[in-house]
Amino acid sequence: MTISKNKKNIVIIDLGISNVQSVLKAFNCFEQNVKISDKIKDLNEASHLVLPGVGSFEKGIASLNKKNLYDTLVNLVEVKKVPILGICLGMQLFATYGFENNVKTKGLNLISGEVIKIKEMNDVRIPHVGWNNVNFLKKNSILINVEDNSNFYFTHSYHFNCSNEENVIAETNYGLNFVSIVKKDNIYGIQFHPEKSLKFGIKILNNFSNINAQN
Amino acid sequence: MLKIRIIPTILYDEFKMVKGINFNSWRTVGNIIQAIRIYKIRQVDELILLDISATNKNKEINLDLIKDISEDSFMPLTFGGGINNIDQISQIIKNGADKVSINTAATKDLDLIYEASKYFGCQCIVVSIDYKIENNKIVIYTNSGTKKTDLNILDYIKNLEEAGAGEILLNSIDKEGTMSGYDIKTIKLITENSGIPIIASGGCGKPKDMLDLVKKAEISGMAAASIFHFTHNTPNNIKEYLQENAIPVRI
Repeated sequence: MTISKNKKNIVIIDLGISNVQSVLKAFNCFEQNVKISDKIKDLNEASHLVLPGVGSFEKGIASLNKKNLYDTLVNLVEVKKVPILGICLGMQLFATYGFENNVKTKGLNLISGEVIKIKEMNDVRIPHVGWNNVNFLKKNSILINVEDNSNFYFTHSYHFNCSNEENVIAETNYGLNFVSIVKKDNIYGIQFHPEKSLKFGIKILNNFSNINAQN
Repeated sequence: MLKIRIIPTILYDEFKMVKGINFNSWRTVGNIIQAIRIYKIRQVDELILLDISATNKNKEINLDLIKDISEDSFMPLTFGGGINNIDQISQIIKNGADKVSINTAATKDLDLIYEASKYFGCQCIVVSIDYKIENNKIVIYTNSGTKKTDLNILDYIKNLEEAGAGEILLNSIDKEGTMSGYDIKTIKLITENSGIPIIASGGCGKPKDMLDLVKKAEISGMAAASIFHFTHNTPNNIKEYLQENAIPVRI
């Protein structure tokens, strides 16, 4: 890799199914070296990767495969240790498997776990849409200057059931406690939408952009 | 805990922000761009923008407007008006909207909701329903309240849920613009018979109208327009009032 230590080059991966423009605009609040791309060359040159997305797990993985990005992404993240931030579906794609409409789909398997439907209980409506508290369980650099228990904007029907508790940074309650932030080494996943969560959301993106690659 | 959303609605025709009474006698109440700027500064929970003349005039979606609005809007945006195909939805989302609100087209073609939610995820697809009470019956209207349908509202909502709609925006035509309180009875009936989030709209004139509704019906959000156009109330002071009354809101 030929990235100078100081020069950021944030690449937002375009799966072609979601509002990536708003993620770009949110990063632009503090950083101009950000681009949207689905090209392997751009991903290879990235100092930071962002995988946003809404929609279905199956479609997300299918899109990565169709664009030939699956192996590139796993290699950049696991071998080259490029910091990556998954947002909503992007975070869920980090899992080992996703279950949607009774279909089991293999995920990126970057963080051990499964993506399952929010349990339908009498007292919760699905999808989980709106502003909800995020309770920090562990200290982490992406939460610097973000208030514990603040409200962030969620919109999803599935959640990441993490196999290892040590990967769980924050939780949110909606009928049950589910994982709202995961982290393993250089891999960060956020269930809510920081780009739609006003100032603390922008702060989290800013904190992520300040994380240095580990090698 | 999930918060009850207070959602300003902006109805517009070209660049004019408009407001009617019972979906009629539309009058201009300002410039849409200025209104949006104020809501951005106030950091509202969410914004709903509806082009009220799009379906009837068969207009093209104004993508430049959506792009301008979403430029520096770090809050959820829902856009509606004249949407009837997947391509349009894709364009609207690519230009910065987070959700689309579909009304007339959903009554004609449930497959559109099915296809759209499969493609973009159900969280993206809001179905807006306009209704009146006639002879004690709930009657659904389309085309900005100008065309009557014979749909049974509970069956219709059940079908929408199965097709993958993510939220319902429920508008009482009788109450719209009257500032006389929400149609609690109907809203309660709908929330009791649905499993997806329901956003109620039509009739809010004072903060207490929202409190009265949220105490009786399990709604996910309350939309309003007149109260913000014609009174001193802001989304924030309403939320403070609701919080004093033990309603979960984001302050």
